[in-house]
Order: sequence, then structure tokens, then C-alpha cells
Amino acid sequence: MLNILTNNFGTLMSGLGYTLLSSLIALVFSLIVGTVFALMEISPAKWVRVIGKTYVEVIRNIPLLVITMGFYVIVPKYLLPVDGFTAGTIGLTIYTSAFIAETVRAGIESVAVGQMEGARSVGLSYAQAMRQIVFPQAIKIVIPPLGNQFINLVKNSSILAFVAGFDLMYQGKIIANATFNTFDTYLVVGLLYLVLTMPMSYLMRHLEKKWVTA
Amino acid sequence: MHKLKLWLTAVALMVVAGVAAGCGASVADQDALAHAKKTDTIVWGVKADTRLFGLMNTKTGKIQGFEIDMANALTKQVLGKAAKATLVQVTSDTRVPMLKGGNLDAVIATMTITPERQKVLDFTDSYFKAGQSLLVKKGSKVHSIKDLTAGTKVIGVQGSNSVDNVKKAAPQTTVLQLADYAQAFTALKSGQGDALSTDNGILYGMSQQDPGYVVVGGTFTKEPYGIALNQGQTNLRKALNKALAQLRANGTYERLINKWFADIPGFDIKEVE
Amino acid sequence: MQSFIDAYSQVNLHYLLEGLWVTVEVSVTSIVFSFLIGTLLGIARYVNVRFFSAFVGFIIDLIRNLPLLLILFFTYFALPRIGIRLGVIPASIVAMSIFESAMLAEIVRSGINAVPTGQMEAARSNGMSYVQAMLHIILPQAFKAMIPPIVSQFISLVKDTSLATIILLPELTYHAQIIYGQDVNYTIPMFVALAVLYFVVNYALSLGARLINRRLNHA
Repeated sequence: MLNILTNNFGTLMSGLGYTLLSSLIALVFSLIVGTVFALMEISPAKWVRVIGKTYVEVIRNIPLLVITMGFYVIVPKYLLPVDGFTAGTIGLTIYTSAFIAETVRAGIESVAVGQMEGARSVGLSYAQAMRQIVFPQAIKIVIPPLGNQFINLVKNSSILAFVAGFDLMYQGKIIANATFNTFDTYLVVGLLYLVLTMPMSYLMRHLEKKWVTA
Repeated sequence: MHKLKLWLTAVALMVVAGVAAGCGASVADQDALAHAKKTDTIVWGVKADTRLFGLMNTKTGKIQGFEIDMANALTKQVLGKAAKATLVQVTSDTRVPMLKGGNLDAVIATMTITPERQKVLDFTDSYFKAGQSLLVKKGSKVHSIKDLTAGTKVIGVQGSNSVDNVKKAAPQTTVLQLADYAQAFTALKSGQGDALSTDNGILYGMSQQDPGYVVVGGTFTKEPYGIALNQGQTNLRKALNKALAQLRANGTYERLINKWFADIPGFDIKEVE
Repeated sequence: MQSFIDAYSQVNLHYLLEGLWVTVEVSVTSIVFSFLIGTLLGIARYVNVRFFSAFVGFIIDLIRNLPLLLILFFTYFALPRIGIRLGVIPASIVAMSIFESAMLAEIVRSGINAVPTGQMEAARSNGMSYVQAMLHIILPQAFKAMIPPIVSQFISLVKDTSLATIILLPELTYHAQIIYGQDVNYTIPMFVALAVLYFVVNYALSLGARLINRRLNHA
């Protein structure tokens, strides 16, 4: 098992690098896109709400693999060339954004309605009240479930293996095929994923405990 | 209560250790021929995404192709007329781990006999002599392996030795590895690569499906296909080799080759037998 | 447009629905198994028997933090090494159940945690045993709060079955791939079909859950 790691160290590390890179990009963009759709879902204008709700419901109920393969196969054929890494990362971003939208929406809604009304009555605009009163309170509620979404995101980035995205899982499959030592290879790959996700998971539990008691 | 806890923990640890060490009797180590005779079937790993060799017919839900016919004929030749072949779908990616893991008795899935594979698997005599070639879009600038210079992208399939062959013959090109031939061909059609490289028999199958894509440049390797078995399955290997010779002698082999490959333009059946 | 008409031929639709049936079959079986195992594991982690609970917790964390794709691979390729040869459907069910049990165990644990401790104390002081209090007082309350997260987990499970295409489980996504593997013009129609079929199944699931939730809240 150790020789799998030492003989393929460079390959595995480059895979780990692509996994991290894809996860980070998807994390940033899904946070932005997700928050936008969360705000749309609770917007005062009905048609904006409908768009937000539809996006979230549709994306949430379709497998990530279908979304990603769609980008890999359909977009370059009709629109513009995207490689596997890009297609995978876009798929990951869109998929995760729907879950983040749900999490953020639930967080905002859990802040009492009175807070918004109070802020508006002292003369703040909707945007100001949202930014200065509701958001800071919502963030605390939202952080633990968001953390879980990020762990899911890192794990889900293994979808890149389906579209030749050079990530950890893809490199693992190639090493498994080259060495014919499937079992040990996936053991090593599994450990590398745990190196990424386990610390996140413990950090989240720590934050959760701290804030629930605080 | 305390004893119970310790006991439970010990059991759990043992299970984990057992799985990790892969102890216990692996299916792969049992005598496959004896097992096949007992169950009256041989479990074959076959392709389901490769025209001419093994392709799923969505109408009947059955896999069809030269290798499927061979698997059926060989099973009957080894075990008797009443026996039936059990077909399990594999890809280039999954066939070796599945065979080594013991999910299969034998693999007949466009698998080239190579020295690297012979270190971990046993092969029967060759039943088909293919050679690696290139499939490109009609009118493409790529005419042979020499045109695969820096900046080009070649699509291959994970777990197939054609990927290594491309890297040797055209070290400058980027190789993208996809999970199976269906996805590889779809990726080529989506413009994810300039050429798709694998064995000519498989490529002719794709070209037959979509005439907008052609096989170019002739073959640049020799790829003798063999049936792969787990190491140490000498009884099954001998039985299959004998059956293969019998099928060649009684004309069945010739008939099957003609059935699948006689009508393919540009394909020389003399070369493959 | 013609490609849509050709792609949705009776033969292909039939083949897609066959795949959908396998998806449903594997999902439902895995849901049942993971619900039972996940509840037991969640309780095991909650009851806080020193060492044992920590050990269960560690295993749950381990599984939760691995990609399902990897667990699928492991189950399919590793089980025969200890003498178990599984077909692709049972292997997928085992892998899904292992993964989803760990996810559900966490939901169950936090669900029980949310029930005020006074409830357990009150039940015990009324002469109930620990097990009785758990079964009759704590769990029913906890499950009510757990329904929404459990349902989203089940929706994930249905979607996640598509990952088993990697070990060639003949489910919906794989069948769609086989169809567009035969004719590239079917690619887009197949993706549309996949999106619609998964959406319908999962949306039905969440509507059903909403109905149950409403019933429970009225009762």
C-alpha cells in the first residue's frame, strides 16, 4: 500500500491539487450564486420568487452526474469549447448553489420577521435592513449547515473523474489500472480524501458546539 | 456492561482488519473450472458498448457481438450443450479489478495480451489479432499518428493499453481518458479531442455507426486479443485453449468472424484470424 | 426536433423506464436498510456508552467523509476478496446502504439531541425503563423533527444511484448512456429525459413528505 503512495506521489498530489482547485472555485462561486438565489426566493416581487424557487427545485432534484455530463457533452457541441475540468467545476458550482440557496434562505427566514419590520420602521431600506440587521444574525445560524455543504462539495468533486478532469479520483483510477492493484490504490485515495474532509468535519462540529451553547 | 463494550469493539476491529487484509477465501483463488462445472455456467466479463464485439441491443436488452457469440460457443464447447454463458458487462476500466476480485471467471472484452498484464493475469491463445489506429472526423487535419503533435488532444479509454501506446508513439499529445467507448465517442463528437485512438476493430464499429467519422493512418501496433483469467486457473485455461482449437477446426470460428466482420469496408478479415 | 422524435421511440422509452425501475428498486431497498441501520447507529452514538459510542462515531465520520463513488468501488471490488461474490445490484445496495446509514445516523443523533432532556427524566421518573422511554417518548418526538432532513437525504440517495453507472449498474443514467452511445443525436434528448424523470421521482418524494408532515402536525 505504501509503495502505491511513494511510486505515484507526483500523480496523486497533482490529482489532490485539481480536487482542491475545483472545490475552491466551486465553493466561492456557489456561495455567490446560492446567496443570490436565496435572496430571490424571499424577494418581495412574486416573479423573482418564482424564478428563484424554480431554479432551486429543479437543480436540487437532478443528479450531479447528469448536470456535469450535460455540460461536458452538450455545451462544447453547440456553444463553446469547455474541457473536462471546467465542465466538472461548473456542474459542481451549479449543483451546490441550489443547496446553498436553500440553506441561506432557511437561515434568513429563521431570523424573526419582526427584525426586518423593526429595521424598516426606523427608516432603513430593504437592502440596508437585509445587509445590516438580518444577514449578520443569519450567518451564525447558517454556518454549520454551510460547512456540511462544503464537505459534500469536496466529496462531490470526484464527479470530475467522469469527464477526464484530472482530479484525485481520476488519477486514482489511472493508477489502479496501471498497477492492477485496485484495492490498495483506492485505500490510498480514500485516505487522501479524508485528509481534506476530516479536519473540515471536526472544525464544523467544534463551531456548532461553540455557537449552540453561546 | 463493560465486558460487552470491549467485546463489541474487538469484533468490530476484527471485521475491519479482516476486510483490510483481504483474508478469508477469495473467490478468485478457487478452481474456476470445477466451480463452472458445478454451476453449469461460466461467468464472462464482456463489453456492452462496443459495436461488432459486444453491444447492448436496447430493443431486446441483450448484448450482441463477435465476443458474445464466442463466449456462448466456448461455454458450450467446454461444459456441454446444456450449459449457458453468464454475461456480465465490463468496461476497460473495470474488467481487471472485477476479474481479480473474483466477480468473473473469464474476460473476453477486446483485451490485448501484453507483458504487463501477463504479470498479474493469465491469457488463453489469441482469438483476434487487432492493431491500434485512429478515428477522426471526416476532413480532419489528422491523417496518421505523426500528426498528433503538441497541442492536439487524443481521447482514449481508462484501463486500455491503447492509452500507453499513444503516449509512446506521440509523446507530445495530451491524452484524455474516459470511462467507456460510448462516452469516448460522444466526447470526440462533442469536439473534446482531435482523434480517438484504440484498436481498429472497435474504431470500424464506430465508423459504421456514424459515417461522418473515419479510420485513418493504418495500424501502428499489434494487438492480439486473448481471454483473460486469474493467475493459477490452469485447468480453465487449458480447457478454453482446447475449445478454441476445436472451434477453429470445426468451422465455427470462421463462420463467426464472417458474420461480424465480412461486410466492413476497409477491414481485412485475413489479418485478424 | 426530428432527433427528439427518433430518440423517444417506443423501444428507447421502454429501455429508459427499465433503467428507472432499477433506480427505484435499488433506491427503495437502500432506503429501508439505511433507515434501520442508520437509526440503530444514531442511537448507539447518542447513548454515550464510553468507547463503544466513540468507536461508532469514528466509523460514521469516516464513511461520511468519503466520496460515495469510492465506497461503490470498494464494495464492488473488495467484497469478493473476502469470499462474497455479489451481483452489481446487490453490491450497489450494500454500498448505498453503508453510505446512507452513516448520513442518517447523524440526522438521528442530532434529532434525539434536540428532544429536551427533561422528557427522558420525566419518563424515567414515571417508572419507564431506559429502553421504554427511548421507544415510546424520545424517538417518536425526534422522528417528527427528523422528517425533513431524512427526506432530503432520501432524495440525495435517489440521485446518487446514478453514480453506480461506474460499476455498470443498469439504472436510468446508464441506460440513457447506452442509448446515446448508439446515436449521438440522441444525446440532448436523453439528458432532457434524465432531468425530467429524476425530477418527477424526487419531486413526488418531497410532496409525499410534505403531506406526511402536515398529517403529523395535525395529529
